[in-house]
Amino acid sequence: MSVPPTFAAGYLEGLLAGQPRLPASPLAWLNQLRAEAVDRVGVLTVPTVRDEEWRFTDLSPLTKLSFQPARMPVDLTTVDVERFRIEEAAVRLVFVDGVHVPQLSSVGRDGGVVVANLSDVGAGHAAVIEAHLGRHVEFRDNVFAALNTAFLRDGALVVVPRNVAAATPVHLLFIATQKDAAHYPRTLLVAEPGSAVTVVEDYVTLQQETYFTNAVTEIALGDQAQVDHVRVQRDSGQAFHIANGAVSLGNASRYRSVSVALGARLSRHDLNVVHAAEGAECTIDGLALIGERQLADTHTRIDHAKPHGVSRQLHKCIAGGAAHAVFSGKIIVRPGAQGTNSSQSSRNLLLTTKAHVDTKPQLEIFADDVKCTHGATVGQLDGEALFYLASRGLSDAAARNLLTYAFGAEIIDRISIASLKLWLERTVRDQTARKP
Amino acid sequence: MIQQNGKALLEVRGLCATVNGVDILNGMDLTVSSGEVHALMGPNGSGKSTFAKVLAGHPAYVVTGGTVVYEGRNLLELKPEERARAGIFLGFQYPVEIPGVANSQFLRLAYNTIAVQRGNEELDPLEFDDLVRDKMKLLEMNPDFLDRSVNEGFSGGEKKRNEILQMALLEPHLAILDETDSGLDIDALRVVAGGINQLGTKDNAIVLVTHYQRLLNYIVPDYVHVMDAGRIVKTGGRELALELEARGYDWIGAERGAAAEATA
Repeated sequence: MSVPPTFAAGYLEGLLAGQPRLPASPLAWLNQLRAEAVDRVGVLTVPTVRDEEWRFTDLSPLTKLSFQPARMPVDLTTVDVERFRIEEAAVRLVFVDGVHVPQLSSVGRDGGVVVANLSDVGAGHAAVIEAHLGRHVEFRDNVFAALNTAFLRDGALVVVPRNVAAATPVHLLFIATQKDAAHYPRTLLVAEPGSAVTVVEDYVTLQQETYFTNAVTEIALGDQAQVDHVRVQRDSGQAFHIANGAVSLGNASRYRSVSVALGARLSRHDLNVVHAAEGAECTIDGLALIGERQLADTHTRIDHAKPHGVSRQLHKCIAGGAAHAVFSGKIIVRPGAQGTNSSQSSRNLLLTTKAHVDTKPQLEIFADDVKCTHGATVGQLDGEALFYLASRGLSDAAARNLLTYAFGAEIIDRISIASLKLWLERTVRDQTARKP
Repeated sequence: MIQQNGKALLEVRGLCATVNGVDILNGMDLTVSSGEVHALMGPNGSGKSTFAKVLAGHPAYVVTGGTVVYEGRNLLELKPEERARAGIFLGFQYPVEIPGVANSQFLRLAYNTIAVQRGNEELDPLEFDDLVRDKMKLLEMNPDFLDRSVNEGFSGGEKKRNEILQMALLEPHLAILDETDSGLDIDALRVVAGGINQLGTKDNAIVLVTHYQRLLNYIVPDYVHVMDAGRIVKTGGRELALELEARGYDWIGAERGAAAEATA
């Protein structure tokens, strides 16, 4: 057996270079949080395939490269970013290489909904930030979350006040422009009790370069809050994308998310959802559509810590070329979390013989009065369906595209924003039409 | 109806085919001319459905001998989609469910593919909607089926109506309808058969593959063929179907046995 390489501490030190140049925040606790994160980076190492949580995803392509902190962002105009505009979203926050760019953003006030750059908000929101920032995504044993936290400065803050329903979706747009740069997108969404909001978290690029996106997203739902969350990862095909997300569910709150992974040479998305109070409901759907030599890894954990929670999860992967898709979905039902109702399904489509998928649904149940189902399938396009379409005149390529598209469409259909749905449908069609 | 001048649409000679290495067709002969309706009958396992699938080009069926000439071309050289574009239509015994593809999208895609082949204009969704709703009336189909995924969750009868709807849209020269009557209650059978009757013209032909003769009460065939062990063993007019209904299939085998003895 070959010994996995251990990474020299120098790699992480290289990533941390430039961190000391961050200006101090006026918030003492935030400076302390960053300092603590820097310390953790010093202690932690980059995971290897020896770590159970990284068994299928070898990070050595990432650690072979060195990334610099992003320089000051290039000047972009609204014309440059027009193609990413989501027409339904009246409110948009734009970050270029991790830095907030107010002139590209539009943040009208919508019923008191706060959509702002984390480092700009006044003392009025300091309390809510302190209560949540760095509290949901655990960075003490997660080197990537620790790195993100060490660089914590600009970031997206969305606060939906009590009983306010945001009228239009909020678009958080993270644009990568610099080759060989590491950037650290950060999002904090707080939906206060009884509020409702739709948020699109969108990772895009202006050029097909190598860079490293290391994102952290924290979402807290108060009692009876409702959050619709769409996450689109359309990074460069040469990029590395590592993201850690955490969601905390209040009493009878409802969280729905659709995550679509299209880009990046190597992507990893960890999402932890905690039913922190009774009667909460979450729907967590995902689609990874990859080809060539891409690797897309999704790790989710749904923690039913309290009774009468509902969770639904449908995760789909479409892998062409020599791509590698990974899904690991853990559902935990804690002692006392009676009346939990949970279903999880992992469905995977392999378009070529070289593509492969590792899927690992896991249930850990410590309560007795629960209803939990899970399952996984891996398959090719159905031969009978291909013949059926051919018998109606469709070419083999057209039939394959249609069936592949249909497989992914089940997830995309769950997105509530029409223009984004249309864009994704077109993208999936174009992507499947290309030679695998 | 038998046309005096009907031209031969399909000529099958000595066709042999296997599936998974098992011989299913053993020297099948059949000639179908335009304007004709043929019924292909026979006990289970006699090769009726295999014959239908071989004509449509199903990849699991391997032709090991014989010839099939369709409109003067070697049919066996054509891919399934090329056969469809040349005017062959297979109505499936078990229509395939395709989750995620709206029926309207599928029907329009198929319609436009064939239309382009015939040098006709493609229809946009609105134009197609008018056409398909019109055709659905023929089969007394609820337009709601346009918005659902192809065949997904359709009842047996709804799936068969959807097959004949495709036939109505694609206007094939040769329609092979495989067990279209199975799974239909008597009312649905009447509607579906009525639809098929309206689609028959002097320029096209229909081959009905069926186990029972009840479909033939509604669609009157010009010829009835009985298959056994992979070939046609008896051909007659519609009265043969009634005789089969009354006597079953066994007597044909006995009759052939007796005939074989007599010639020995």
